[in-house]
Amino acid sequence: MLNIQDLRAGIEEMEILRGIILQIRPGEVHAIMGPNGSGKSTLASVLAGRSDFEVTGGSVEFMGKNLLEMSPEDRAREGLFLAFQYPVEIPGVSTTNFIKTAVNEVRKHRGEEPLDAVAFLKLMKERMKLVQIDQSLLSRSLNEGFSGGEKKRNEIFQMAMLEPKLAILDETDSGLDIDALRIVANGVNQCRGKDNAFLIVTHYQRLLEYIEPDYVHILYKGRIVRSGTKELALELEEKGYDFIKTELETADQAQQ
Amino acid sequence: MYEENDDILQQVTTSEYKYGFVTQIESDDAPKGLSEDIVRFISGKKNEPEWLLEWRLKAYRHWLTMEEPTWPNVDYPPINYQDIIYYSAPKQKLAPNSLDEIDPELRRTFEKLGISLQEQKRLTGVAVDAVIDSVSVATTFKDELAKQGIIFCSMSEAVQEHPELIRKYIGSVVPTTDNYFTALNSAVFSDGSFCYIPAGVRCPMELSTYFRINAANTGQFERTLIVAEAGSYVSYLEGCTAPMRDENQLHAAVVEIFAGEKAEVKYSTVQNWYPGDKEGKGGIYNFVTKRGLCQGDHSKISWTQVETGSSITWKYPSVILKGDHSIGEFYSVAVTNNFQQADTGTKMIHLGSHTRSRIVSKGISAGRSNNSYRGLVQVARKADHARNFSQCDSLLLGDKCGAHTFPYIEVKNPTGIVEHEATTSKIGEDQIFYCNQRGVDTESAVALIINGFAKEVMNQLPMEFAVEAQKLLAISLEGSVG
Repeated sequence: MLNIQDLRAGIEEMEILRGIILQIRPGEVHAIMGPNGSGKSTLASVLAGRSDFEVTGGSVEFMGKNLLEMSPEDRAREGLFLAFQYPVEIPGVSTTNFIKTAVNEVRKHRGEEPLDAVAFLKLMKERMKLVQIDQSLLSRSLNEGFSGGEKKRNEIFQMAMLEPKLAILDETDSGLDIDALRIVANGVNQCRGKDNAFLIVTHYQRLLEYIEPDYVHILYKGRIVRSGTKELALELEEKGYDFIKTELETADQAQQ
Repeated sequence: MYEENDDILQQVTTSEYKYGFVTQIESDDAPKGLSEDIVRFISGKKNEPEWLLEWRLKAYRHWLTMEEPTWPNVDYPPINYQDIIYYSAPKQKLAPNSLDEIDPELRRTFEKLGISLQEQKRLTGVAVDAVIDSVSVATTFKDELAKQGIIFCSMSEAVQEHPELIRKYIGSVVPTTDNYFTALNSAVFSDGSFCYIPAGVRCPMELSTYFRINAANTGQFERTLIVAEAGSYVSYLEGCTAPMRDENQLHAAVVEIFAGEKAEVKYSTVQNWYPGDKEGKGGIYNFVTKRGLCQGDHSKISWTQVETGSSITWKYPSVILKGDHSIGEFYSVAVTNNFQQADTGTKMIHLGSHTRSRIVSKGISAGRSNNSYRGLVQVARKADHARNFSQCDSLLLGDKCGAHTFPYIEVKNPTGIVEHEATTSKIGEDQIFYCNQRGVDTESAVALIINGFAKEVMNQLPMEFAVEAQKLLAISLEGSVG
């Protein structure tokens, strides 16, 4: 589904991603962990096509197509979804209206008829249960005046509505209390299927207690330095990121 | 990378003006320039009574003593008032008896603009007075409205048919001497619409005037007068377009509204004069005075405007709240793009007790344009318990445009409550990217964000025009996201 080869990207001369290699197959859940500044969110942004970052090398194939050549909206229409770390507010545009626009853009891309109001509301009612989001929240302006938890739940709700092939969750757990975390994780788990995949970017192991990953990768200074199963996350939690740093520095010295 | 984003914004806000065509039609023009002779010429063409000619001449003589205002926050080269044609009328049979007699070319022009002059097509439920250059060419549904005592006709016709009403009300809300452009308009106005709603009548359909400038080198100076007697109601819409020309053309109109006791007038404008090209060449100077008088107790006048056109806009639709418990409202969306300049806002003059006013102004600036809100809220000494709420929001697209707010508040009565809120925001790349990431392209994203921003005002427009206005907003800003 997603095949990242030697991806390099940065911002204004500074290289942040320095040769990422990662493959994701349908049905898999991958977690990317790493200390602050390791490039986790940059990876999420580059995959979604944020223009602040310049791709300087490597390739990304998504559903058999060259992802890097696509506009951000085409990536979304092809089934790539990013749950934002900081969802933006759009005053005057109701959440419902926004999601309806998005859903119908994706449908148009697939050559499907737009959903009529009745069908859309039915779908919405069904998916609202997944993240226990309230109808009244959806009639308010998009994210305006939402609490941190409500914003994150709204992201997962949008994901449930758009049914992406690959969902990238960029630190969706940050700023969530334990109850909200459970609700969000529960929503994600219910969206898991054999045809879709997840890339979960997180700083802490906590979220992975609720969403069980198939693979865990550790990102450090723009490279995936270790990959493993969920046990790697536990090890990391126990020893902290310092052990990775020490390990790598020792390896570097040995090489020299 | 940032540049690339700017390009997108550029593309999104540079679409073409689609009403820029010229109708090939012979016209009957006055010679260029302004003098007492020209004033007499116009009055003569209209076969006006002596008192009206005198009224015009008085205005003209006063105009000569006045100076063009320089206080608006706009910039343009001096206007040569002797280089303008003050009267231009399409040559056609005088006073066509039926709509079938209108020059087919003219009819096609209005069809092209989406204005139907055929009454059979009454689905829209809107009566239209169509004004091209200096004269009204057709008014629809006149007979049907007349059954309820409603008068809806061109100003020229009203002068002939209802001189007593015109004499009573013309200049009663906006005196000829009010300002430089009202004096000019009073001297040379050539046509416009007149609307009279008798006491207790609720006008059964939207009334609308559609203004079209066609001829070159002409100015358009029309007057609209709406009189709503006690307990009546009318909703009125004004639309306007002009051909694309390299030179600037002057449009100096006057709109007067009179509301009797418990009368309500809702006046909506969708202003789409040619704004000039992307380099700022050409376009209409829109210097307009609009004012309503809430004469009776419990009367209400509401202005709603969507301003997307003109190279320069200078207008302040105002309400004089004379009757006790009267209400004035002003809802405005003003969009400026490329090199457009707008200095617009309102005046709410509270004279009566328990008068209320509400101002909601949304300015959207893109390109290298400049958008100013200028508003005055005045509470007179005797206006006990007057209330005003003003909200002025500005939205910037790109970093080469400007938004300014000039609120003036004068309160002379301690029981008055005046509130003013203002915000300025920028369409963020973050907002656009967020929409992109949900499958919405940049152009649609900008339209979505803008319409969200302007929603409160758009909701005030009559249903028939709200959709049109929404599209217009998106088109005006096409290619300007930045």
